[in-house]
Amino acid sequence: MIRTVVRDTPGAVAYLLSGVLVGVPLLLLLLVLGALGLALAPLLVGLPLLALLALSGLPVGALERRRLFLTRTPPPPGPHTTPAEPGLGAWARLRFTERATWRELAYTLLLGFVLWPLDALALYAALVVPGAMIGAPLQLALSGGDTRIVKLWLIDTQGQALLCATAGLALVLVLVWPLTLYARTRAAVARLLLAPSEAEAERRLAEVTRSRARLVAAFEAERRRIERDLHDGAQQRLVSLSMTLGLVRLDAPTELADRLAAAHRQADQVLGELRELIHGIHPQVLADYGLPDALADAADRSAVPVTVDADLPRFAESVESAAYFAVREALANVGRHSGAGHAWVTGRYAGGRLRVEVRDDGHGGADPAGGTGLTGLVDRLAVLDGTLTVHSPAGGPTVLSLEIPCPTR
Amino acid sequence: MPHALKIVLAEDSVLLREGLVGVLARFGHEVVAAVGDAEALKRAVLSHGPDLVVTDVRMPPGQSDEGLRAALDLRAANPSLPVLVLSQYVQRAYAADLLDTGDGTGVGYLLKDRIGQVEQFAEAVDRVAAGGTVVDPEVVRLLLRRRSDPLAALTPREREVLALVAEGKSNAAVARDLVVTEAAVGKHIGNILAKLALPPAEDTHRRVLAVLAYLRG
Repeated sequence: MIRTVVRDTPGAVAYLLSGVLVGVPLLLLLLVLGALGLALAPLLVGLPLLALLALSGLPVGALERRRLFLTRTPPPPGPHTTPAEPGLGAWARLRFTERATWRELAYTLLLGFVLWPLDALALYAALVVPGAMIGAPLQLALSGGDTRIVKLWLIDTQGQALLCATAGLALVLVLVWPLTLYARTRAAVARLLLAPSEAEAERRLAEVTRSRARLVAAFEAERRRIERDLHDGAQQRLVSLSMTLGLVRLDAPTELADRLAAAHRQADQVLGELRELIHGIHPQVLADYGLPDALADAADRSAVPVTVDADLPRFAESVESAAYFAVREALANVGRHSGAGHAWVTGRYAGGRLRVEVRDDGHGGADPAGGTGLTGLVDRLAVLDGTLTVHSPAGGPTVLSLEIPCPTR
Repeated sequence: MPHALKIVLAEDSVLLREGLVGVLARFGHEVVAAVGDAEALKRAVLSHGPDLVVTDVRMPPGQSDEGLRAALDLRAANPSLPVLVLSQYVQRAYAADLLDTGDGTGVGYLLKDRIGQVEQFAEAVDRVAAGGTVVDPEVVRLLLRRRSDPLAALTPREREVLALVAEGKSNAAVARDLVVTEAAVGKHIGNILAKLALPPAEDTHRRVLAVLAYLRG
């Protein structure tokens, strides 16, 4: 207990002290805004002021949530939702209809009129009074004849002063524990009113889940757009350039033949590189033929020989692409790290679940957390409620399996 | 000089369509119709009765493989219609579907990169129109990189021969390329067919079967 007291006391004191520092100006602000608003309400000018007063809980709530870190607990997330549309009107409408806004206002009024005076009182009783008592010998020495401690006790001898200091020290030791308890309770009140309620937290989670799915979908769409732009633009122009060069070479004088041939070769090289790049971004065979042919193609390009056994129907684009890129990453890892001589890719669809497995005969010991490539794949599958597991005991073999619940197309 | 061919061309990029018309004209062929989508291609073939169809894979309206599907439909309706498919994909699935039509003769699957090598491209056009089979060397190279299939039993020399046969070359042309006698090429082809367990048949047909086995893996 002594250790927790020593650990928590500085934070508790800082929390209560800063509470007073926030509370005093807040009280003034509330009084001024309230009085002005009520006084001017008949002139209509006061109504916006009152609305402002009603929303004062928003900044105060944000500040108070942050201040909770002083009590050595993580500050809770904000309870508010993001407006669906831009604009001040939509924002205000949303805020006025949220319960969290009114909870924050309640906390703000509580803080301005009740909590900070309590904070001040607690600090005064637990620190200021004993502090003054401990300082009694010094105060006596400075004043000369006699002195009054905390305007209460008259002290005129050093003996009395020492006794007083000892009593003060004892008081501090006794009161420091209740003080941290008070700070903790005080923080719990803040947390109760300022943290999101369970329903709000669930709504936030749903919102985050949806936005993650949107991000993945946007990422997919962007890949396809880049692929299409490259295919329709740069690739066609390069083919056309190569064609023009080919025709020019037919009629070119012999002294230009070598240089034209070199230029032509370079153009063809760029074409080849661009083709591979486009294939890597979004392989068209996946869209046109589906997973079995795309997986066979990935196997064709693998450094390690791969046997593919995939008897699969067509699925939604997002499912096919998540499974395909997972297998490609897995095969790349087999080629890079496993020391395997062969790999097997199997794909099955049963009971509404797509299961794909990549197995190798390597030495195992792969760390699924190590590769950022795999982490990205796990995220991508999670959006589809899919899972990815890597089983790789030392000595091998490594088996990567993924499972996605999905209907056929 | 081979005789002038009547060609129907389908390519949605205007730039390439104009360029292809120019290249084909340069070698004495006549493009009787140059269209930009799969439906127009089918109509043009019906009304013109061309000697050869040259088509892109990816075309409107879906921008997926409409051109190839149209080529497959055309071959299904008329298995002896020579079709040369131009593609941006080094993919055996597309080429294999094409070779599966008819008896696999009079078809070609070439990368668009190949058009720039205008003379070789013109040769491929003639070969397909004459009932030959042409598969892009890049597709063949991708297949040769695989080591886990029936082709694993082939020696490096036999793979070379098979690759050249897949490109549509005659035994004499293969012999020239590899600087060996035509008889030696014949022997290699015999070994390849035996190793791939292909039944004996008329020469062109057996060669195409070998290519098919190649593509199907």
